[in-house]
Parts: sequence; C-alpha cells; structure tokens
Amino acid sequence: MNERVARCVTYTEIILEPTDNGLYCPAGDFFVDPGRPVDRAVITHAHSDHACPGSRAYLTARSGEALLRARVGDEAAIQTVEYGECVRLNGVRVSFAPAGHILGSAQVRIESGGEVWVVSGDYKLEPDPTCAPFEPAACDTFVTESTFGLPIFRWPPEARVLAEIRSWWNANQQAGKASVLFAYSLGKAQRVLAGLNTEDAPIYTHGAVEYFCRLYRAAGIALPPTMHAGSAPATTDWSRALILAPPSANGTPWMRRFGPLSTGFVSGWMRVRGARRRRSLDRGFVLSDHADWPGLMSAIRSSGASRVWVTEGYRVPVAEWLKQQGLDALPVDTRFDSEQDETGADPAEAEP
Amino acid sequence: MKAFAELYAALDETTKTNEKIEALTRYFSRVPPADAAWAATFLIGRRPKRLLESRKLAQWAVEESGIPEWLFGECYHAVGDFAETIALLLPPAQSSTDLPLHCWIEERLLPLRDADDTAKRASLVSAWREMDERQRFAWNKIITGEFRVGVSQSLVVRAVAAVSGLDAAVVSHRLMGDWQPTAAFWTQLVARDRDDADVSRPYPFFLAYPLEGPIEELGGIGAWQVEWKWDGIRAQLIRRHGRTFVWSRGEELVTERFPELEALGERLPEGVVVDGEVLPWKDGEPLPFAQMQRRIGRKVLGPRILSEVPVVIVAFDLLELRGEDIRERPLEFRRGNLEEIAPPNSAMIVSPVVRAQTWEELTARRQEARARKVEGFMLKRLGSPYRVGRRRGDWWKWKIEPYSVDAVLIYAQPGHGRRASLFTDYTFGVWDGDQLVPFAKAYSGLTDEEIRQVDAFVRANTVEKFGPVRAVKPELVFELAFEGIQRSARHRSGIAVRFPRMARWRLDKKPKEADTLETIRALLPPGGRATD
Repeated sequence: MNERVARCVTYTEIILEPTDNGLYCPAGDFFVDPGRPVDRAVITHAHSDHACPGSRAYLTARSGEALLRARVGDEAAIQTVEYGECVRLNGVRVSFAPAGHILGSAQVRIESGGEVWVVSGDYKLEPDPTCAPFEPAACDTFVTESTFGLPIFRWPPEARVLAEIRSWWNANQQAGKASVLFAYSLGKAQRVLAGLNTEDAPIYTHGAVEYFCRLYRAAGIALPPTMHAGSAPATTDWSRALILAPPSANGTPWMRRFGPLSTGFVSGWMRVRGARRRRSLDRGFVLSDHADWPGLMSAIRSSGASRVWVTEGYRVPVAEWLKQQGLDALPVDTRFDSEQDETGADPAEAEP
Repeated sequence: MKAFAELYAALDETTKTNEKIEALTRYFSRVPPADAAWAATFLIGRRPKRLLESRKLAQWAVEESGIPEWLFGECYHAVGDFAETIALLLPPAQSSTDLPLHCWIEERLLPLRDADDTAKRASLVSAWREMDERQRFAWNKIITGEFRVGVSQSLVVRAVAAVSGLDAAVVSHRLMGDWQPTAAFWTQLVARDRDDADVSRPYPFFLAYPLEGPIEELGGIGAWQVEWKWDGIRAQLIRRHGRTFVWSRGEELVTERFPELEALGERLPEGVVVDGEVLPWKDGEPLPFAQMQRRIGRKVLGPRILSEVPVVIVAFDLLELRGEDIRERPLEFRRGNLEEIAPPNSAMIVSPVVRAQTWEELTARRQEARARKVEGFMLKRLGSPYRVGRRRGDWWKWKIEPYSVDAVLIYAQPGHGRRASLFTDYTFGVWDGDQLVPFAKAYSGLTDEEIRQVDAFVRANTVEKFGPVRAVKPELVFELAFEGIQRSARHRSGIAVRFPRMARWRLDKKPKEADTLETIRALLPPGGRATD
C-alpha cells in the first residue's frame, strides 16, 4: 500500500488514519480524497484538491459521476451509488449523504465494528438550486472541513448578495462597462448563474466555466442561457454583458477584449477587505460554497459526534474552540501542502 | 454616520482617483457642513487625540462577541486590520443609525475623554449595537485612528475645490495650519471670499520629484540653481505679528520642540515665511539623523540634549515677505531676499548654492555628497515660482546612488491591510562567520508577483514559528538598498541603516554569496561610538 504516515493520533477504535495522502481506512483498504493515485479512492466531490486522476478504482455519489469523470478521465473505473445507498468495501459499510457543496458533493459515512465515522468533505448548509441540500449524518466521529473556520466568517443571506451583483451589473451597464465576475468555474459559477434571472442577458462565460455549465445542464440543472466569450465575434458589444470567469483569468490578456470593465469576485474570502484589495478587484461579493462559522458549528452539533477531527485551513483554532466546548477535537493534517487555503487560492483553478 | 459609512465603502472599493474624487464630491455636497468638516479631518489624517486604548477596545469587543481572547487574536491575524476584525466579530447587526457623523463624534465620542472605563465601555457597546456592519467598521476606524483608505490630502483638496468652485491652491492653503473641524470652519473653507487672517497658517509645501532621465535632458546647466539635498525635517518657519511658528511637513506645529528656532524668530523681520530643512548641526556640519531622532523622542528637552544635539534650519526658500505672499515671484527674487533677511551667526543657514559650469563638473561633485553628509543635489529651475504639492518640471532631486548589500531572507511575517495573510514583512541576515545575523527589515520593493512567490517559499520552508513570525530556510538572496548607515548598540549586528528596501531579488546568487558583516562595517563612517 502507499505510504501511511499516522500523525499524533493514539486512538484504539480508529477507522480512519490521517496520512499525507488523505484519510486512509485500513479495515476497508481505501483512501478518502487522496492527493496521489491509490488502489481505491472514495471521492467526496470533483474539485481538483479532492479528486486526482490515476487511481485504479473510484467510488462516488451518483450525481457526481459526470463531474468526476471530467476530472479523472474517460477510462477511469468509477463505481457510483445513490445518496443513502450502502456498499461494502472489505466488509466496511460505506455510503454517501449530500454535502450541499456543489453538484454531486457528498459526505462519506463509514461504519465498521459498530463505530460510525462521517467525513464531511466540503459542505455548506444554505440551500443551493444546483445541488442536493446538506443532510446531517449522525456519527460517533465527524471529520469536518474548516476552510472558513473563524468567527469573522459569517455569510449574508444569498438573496442579498445576488441583489448586490445585479445592481453592480446594472450600474456598469449604465456606465457602459463590461462586468467581469470571477467565480470558481466548477460550482460557484453555476450557483450564481442559477440565481440570476433569465432576462438578465447577455451572459458570457470563460471556456472553463462554459465547460462545467454544459455538464450541469446535462445533469438536468436549469441555468440561464450563456455564450462562450471566446467564440463571440470580434464586433461584440461587451458594455452590457456579464462575463463569468475563473479567478485565474484576472489580469491575463484574455481580459483585454472586453474594453472598459469592472471586476467582481464571488467568494467567501471577500468577507475580508484585504483579500479583495490584494487582488485589485473593484467589488467583492460574499457568497461561499463552504460553511461559515455558525454553519460549521451547527453541522458539528447536529452530527451528534463526540469526537471531531478538523481538517483544512483553520483546523487548529476550530479544534481548540471545540475542545473548550467540551468535545474531543483534534486538528488533522491531511495534505502535503496544507496551507494553500489560507491565502484564498483555490487549487481547482489551476485547471483549464 | 450612514453617509460616512457609504463614503468609506465607496473609497475603499475603488483604486481609481477619479472615482474617489467623485465619491468625495458627492459626499461633501450632500452632508451638513459639520459632517463634511469631520470627514475631511479624518481623511487627511488629522484626528482627535485617541480616547480609547486598543487593548481595552479589544477586550470589550471580545466580551460583546462572546469569544475567547485567543480566538480574537487568530481572527486579527487573518484580517490584518483591527477595526475591521472587531466589525466582523460583533454579533449580527440589528439596526442602523441615522445620527449624523458630527453628532457621533461630538456627542458620543469626545465626551468620553473624561469618562471612566465603565462609562466608556457602556457607551461604546451601545454605539456598536446601534450601527450596522459598515457603520461599525467606519466607526471603529475613527476611534482607532487607523484611517487609511487611499485618500491623500490632494484628493480631498480636489474634491473640496470641485464642491466650492475654488482654485485647488486656495483650498490647499486654507486646509493648512491649525483649525478645528466645525461647521463654521467648513463654511469658511468653501466660501468664495474671506479674510484669511490666521497668523500661524503655513503654505502648502512644494515637493520635488526624483530626476527621471539623464541629467543632460534638463537642458543647459545655466538655467538651473543647484543646492545640496539635506536630510532633515522639512519645515516652514513663520514670523508674523511678533510670534514664531514652526510647521513640519506632516503639518504638525513643532515650535516647542525647537527652542533654537523660536529664538531665531526673534531676529527675523515681521511677516516672513522661510522654507527649509531642520537639521541637527554641530561644528559646521550635520550630525547623523539618528541624533535628531534621539531628540525628537524626548518630551522634555533638558540642557544636555540641547547642547549635544543643537538644531539649525538650513533655509532654501522664502514664501512670504513683509506679509505678502511671494510664491509666484521668480526663484532668484525669493533667494535674494532670503539671503537678505538671514541673521548672521544664527540658527539659520542659507543653503549654499553649488557652482558648476557643466553637467560633467556637477556629476563629479556628487562624489562629495557622502562626505558632506547630504543625500545629493536639488535642482531648481531659475525663474520658477514656488508651487503646491509634488510637481514635475521645476524642482528635481538628484540623489546619490543608495548603498546596497546582498542579504539572505531569514524571517518573515504577515503584512497588514492589503497584505494581511501574505508574508510580506521580511528580516534579512548577513554573514558573521558561519552565522547569519539579522541586519535589516524591509517591506517594500517587490512586485505583487514576487511577493506571492516569496510567500509560497515561506510557507513551504518554515523551520520555526514564533507567534506570527516564521524563521525560514536561509535560501533566498535579495539586494537591499538603503540611504544611510550607522553604528548602533540597539541592533544585534551593531549596525543601523536608514530606509532599507529590496532593490532586487538575486535569483542568481546562492546564500553563501551574500555579504558579510565585515564588508558592511567597511561602509560605516570612520570613528565614533554607537549612538544609542
């Protein structure tokens, strides 16, 4: 098997082990969201920091199959199950519950020897028209993400943020400026689109965004019509357009075609001014597909777990806070390069 | 407060000058004069004396938010801005306030001056509860005095000029000196005609740009007056109605700090304003600037410090003569009168003119700069007026090349504001035997892209953490530039440098190729003991 580096964990009833290649289940002989290829990978969702190509076999929730395939390739062996349906891997019972993060995203429920562990993957509690809503899964041990695990992260209501986006777009139209809106190309872009009215035309997309929109539409998710900006004629008038693009497009020559423009970024990181100013963006819109601080606390409470492992960005303060609330909590490092999230960089955007 | 919070957000959301001026103009024309006066006060960086200690503010915010202190610390570390951290942490807002800015300041904030902690806390918590999130943020900015929103004095001046229809130079002059933010002041500020009678008011300073091209592009040397460029505190010395005032460029009235200049004022004719550089001076030459810092740091100036570090004003321009504004008169006229009024054997030294027949000759004379303890030359176009603010064309500064040293990145810590949560503040070491000793800190000089790369390096190569500070693997070499170098007992390297910044990232150099303490010591001026 691959290298297993257990770190500072001394429990006896361990179903999962933290390794530098994701969480490993020795009884079932599988990894959850490994960063490098393994024999068997159980995948929470198709963002590139959770799903890497090259593993021999994949297991994921059925609604996430097309997106995972886009990530790991046509020839990959992908087994899928519906949410709530159970499979056995070496006698260990594995099932998925909706995580509400993006289309097909799931929490992984693992049961072995009467113990239940749930790995949340990335999740949010707010409703999202592009994916199934988060469902709390009762467990003994809850492995939670903590991307926005500080009390400064508190999301405003989605309706208010969408209204802000529309009024920014309107103001730009009146000023004769194109509105370039940066949003992660898988998930966030589609969620924003689903929240805009069909009469809010014209909406253009960067190739990366357009690609995932196609997959969403094929999965039956209703999105307003979009046009691929790269295929638009050179004479296109961009002054009334909204253009959805991945954050990595900011400042690239691709932007030149739009003439005078205003830039906005839809992300939970926009809650902090420094994150927006550092990117020299005109506007930040606070809309995230991750749980905010109250969301994390609520999900942890409703899992009923007595033990919590905290992964990702703010795992140390979150675990410390949970300890002070009387839970058996531990920060767990599952990544080789685990600090990426602090900077607000989304590894998913490294892809075309 | 509503309008002010919106203004703050609007200014914060754009980097474009015109949009900032528009937002300011919109604000100034729609709020009561007292609000406008207070807003201008904060925006140009003046502020009432701080009434609340940060430590207590943090404590009250922590209590009101229901989180432990250490978690507040984590949040502050992620946000990088104290006022913003508090605004983000307070419980969700339930209301928003319509009370105008000046009422918040005059009725709610200033009365706290004499209040005890219990009353301060009650008032502050109540203020937070009455405000929405944006208002809380702007309010916190006001009470903490960290009011940076990318608005310079000149933007405020341009907006006031737009609102009032006055010339920007007039507005700029009226905003100088000692005024109080009141409705009456604002009304006077935007009034078409008024009797400008404030005896202490200085003129806006004329500032030079660094020379941009080859010196020959300035045309014939005969059209220029050349002076040494002194490294001190830029100041205006005002003598009007039998009183003397000294203003620093930071628009601080500093008369009391310089009794020598107050005494000098007694010997000046009535109705003059002198522009110059205040320098610590002994035996016919400047003392190191660090000596000045020693003196500035004192609240009480005893006879010892006055005799050890006496100051003079090295005067180079005359802006007012016999009570008349002469800034539009040609340089030669002003200079001639300056020489005329300078009292002999006094704390006023008229900045000598450097004579040279050709640019080559002048270039050669630049070599004298370091020995003379000056920063280089000032080039002033003959016949030119004394202008307002930083302008190209008539005044140029031509500094000598900075010192430079190759040093190794050894510590990094996150920056603030725009740079929060990126590692942008660096400490550099140089070799002392086989050890790297910390030598200088630098924050500026890298491009955003380079900062991102160094940030990634720091994250991947941390060897130890001390709070927010990371010790990193000594691998990256940077060329540091700095202006001055001195012995210092306070620094571990025994050396203090002035204005260090990163000149270049030396990707071509290995850490072993960085400079040694010994080679740097060779740059020190000869003799002398550590200054502090």
